[in-house]
Amino acid sequence: MKRRTVVVVGAGPAGLAAADGALAAGADVVLIDSADRPGGQYHRMLPQAYEARAPEAVQHGYSAFEKRVRRVLGHPRCSWWAGAEVWALERTDGAEAEAGTRPLATAHPEPATTAHPEPPATAPAEPAGARRTGPPTAPPRPEHAPPLKVHVLTPAPEPGAPRRRHVLEPDALVIATGAHDRVLPFPGWELPGVVTAGAAQALAKGERLAIGDRVVVAGTGPFLLPVAVSLLEAGSTVTEVVEAAGRARAARGWLDRPWELAAQGGKGGELAGLTGALARHRVPYRFGRAVVAARGDGRVEEVVTAAVRADWSVVPGTGRTTAVDALCVGHGFTPRLELAVAAGCALRPGPSGAPADVFVDVDDEQATSVPGVFACGEITGIAGAPAARTEGALAGWLAGGGSPYARPVAALRRSRDQGRAFARRLARAHPVGAEWHGWLRPDTVVCRCEETDFASVCAAAGDPASGEARVAKLATRAGLGPCQGRVCGPTVAELRHRLGAGEHPVDPAGHPVDPAGPGPHHRPVAVPIRLGELARPPEPPAGEHPEQPHRPAQSYLPVEESGP
Amino acid sequence: MSPRLVPARDDSVRRTDRPLTVTVDGTPVPGVAGQTLAGVLLAAGRTAWRTGRGGAPRGVFCGIGVCFDCLVTVNGERDVRACMRRARDGDAVTTQSRASAAPDAPGSAPDAPGSAPAPTPAPAPAPEQP
Repeated sequence: MKRRTVVVVGAGPAGLAAADGALAAGADVVLIDSADRPGGQYHRMLPQAYEARAPEAVQHGYSAFEKRVRRVLGHPRCSWWAGAEVWALERTDGAEAEAGTRPLATAHPEPATTAHPEPPATAPAEPAGARRTGPPTAPPRPEHAPPLKVHVLTPAPEPGAPRRRHVLEPDALVIATGAHDRVLPFPGWELPGVVTAGAAQALAKGERLAIGDRVVVAGTGPFLLPVAVSLLEAGSTVTEVVEAAGRARAARGWLDRPWELAAQGGKGGELAGLTGALARHRVPYRFGRAVVAARGDGRVEEVVTAAVRADWSVVPGTGRTTAVDALCVGHGFTPRLELAVAAGCALRPGPSGAPADVFVDVDDEQATSVPGVFACGEITGIAGAPAARTEGALAGWLAGGGSPYARPVAALRRSRDQGRAFARRLARAHPVGAEWHGWLRPDTVVCRCEETDFASVCAAAGDPASGEARVAKLATRAGLGPCQGRVCGPTVAELRHRLGAGEHPVDPAGHPVDPAGPGPHHRPVAVPIRLGELARPPEPPAGEHPEQPHRPAQSYLPVEESGP
Repeated sequence: MSPRLVPARDDSVRRTDRPLTVTVDGTPVPGVAGQTLAGVLLAAGRTAWRTGRGGAPRGVFCGIGVCFDCLVTVNGERDVRACMRRARDGDAVTTQSRASAAPDAPGSAPDAPGSAPAPTPAPAPAPEQP
């Protein structure tokens, strides 16, 4: 019998675990990532050309990660497509690619053969979150029905040549595309030297570049800690970490029920290590403050912070100016949903309930509403790497045809539920306050690409002729630039909602619009593709063409096994 | 007073630096093999290399290929994300500007004056969704 094929998009903690799980279940796996090395943002690897002899010095949990990378990428049934991008998903059932058009169903492929997925790293205790469904009872999905065509671009074989197009038709698709930083606008956030917290982290960990000498790290959430520590490690002076959440709220969120934290793959120990590093460098960690402006001539030179209340309204008279040469900001994360939306996966509202705060809706087995399509990691909820790994292992095992009744699956489910509880706790401790727009001025840039200012967004929201989102988009151009609303989308949606231009009342036919609709995540062309590339015919499918990129990453795998 | 590479001799990851040179609008800029073009530019003290619609300077923002603030032209290929492209020795980088772009043709802005001639014809710009 032909083996099942599983395409996994994203090689971060979730995607790598999914590939591992699908391989364990006996499937052929194609693992696709836009970076040239696996690991995603959490395990961002140093460039191969650095030939680092101690890469573990800047990586949390490096040895387990490296072992998994070797096992997955070195597996004879795994094809690793590095530097490749999925630019479109095409539904093969003729249904319209629209989120929420199908009831949630569970895909149960063939029963397991022999292997079992890796058991969860932590001993599961009591399930911390309620599960939505009981034991799986849904009927198996019809065989020989590929859920989707996956359109991929792989790097050009030589510099200057066009990228190659491929079309894959797997038996199952696992989407593990992760998330990127969300940054709320403030006056001056477009100045060079103002970067996302993730950018500072990626440059420090991934290239050994310190973004500045005197740096402020600001925003909200536990991610600010490792970013500050990465900067210190790279030799920057972090003058302060500015956390908008109040001290009491953050402490409640973090310190309540510490056993939940311990269950998240040693998050408690990681937290202690990070806070210890900040203390050693005497970096002040200020709660209840926010960056409300950045200033400078051609680049950031100073940062204005102010005390904020629980709703993030600014307390008058508390402004303070700090000289910096870089500012790193992160106000949480935006899931990268374009592929899930293109697949037609139903979404669900996120913890804040704000418009555009949506995630992929998955059932007890990480299955989305589209048969054969699974989702895992940050696109199902922001819960950190350990939770992403568990979700990935579950998704990959089931996508690969593993039995839902296999013993490790129950343990993985329990661990996953703990991860979801952790996500809820994160969201509770670090909500984005509703009054953040109080620090915007009329001329503050809201959409970086099109330089749409706050006044224009307000004017469009108040104008009945442009009250509809699409009209407003054309009128203000917010979201129409090269990034296609990835940066400003959630912000504009939230601002318009606040300004009374209700983003989801009724559609032109009078039907209520789904509050968990794709909104700004609807991008049928998921990444830019050049017309010349589009015009070329796709390469023949795997196995029929000798030049098919098959396991090119082997070149980087060390020849001999090392470590335990 | 600017971004810089952790010196190899002090680096806890014990890396090996292999120098390379790229040109930026014709000016040689030194880098290290493995760096992204954004990394090369930042480490060389350039925090901005693109201008937005209003002419304001832009450089790196998201650092992971999401925001498109750091676009450059590389060896004649337009709209390359500098944070996603590893530098190769001899890369000819030319800076881009959207300052005079027609509002509905964002990919068609001319390169900044003084840019080196493109060795190969620029491919068609990426299509933008309506």
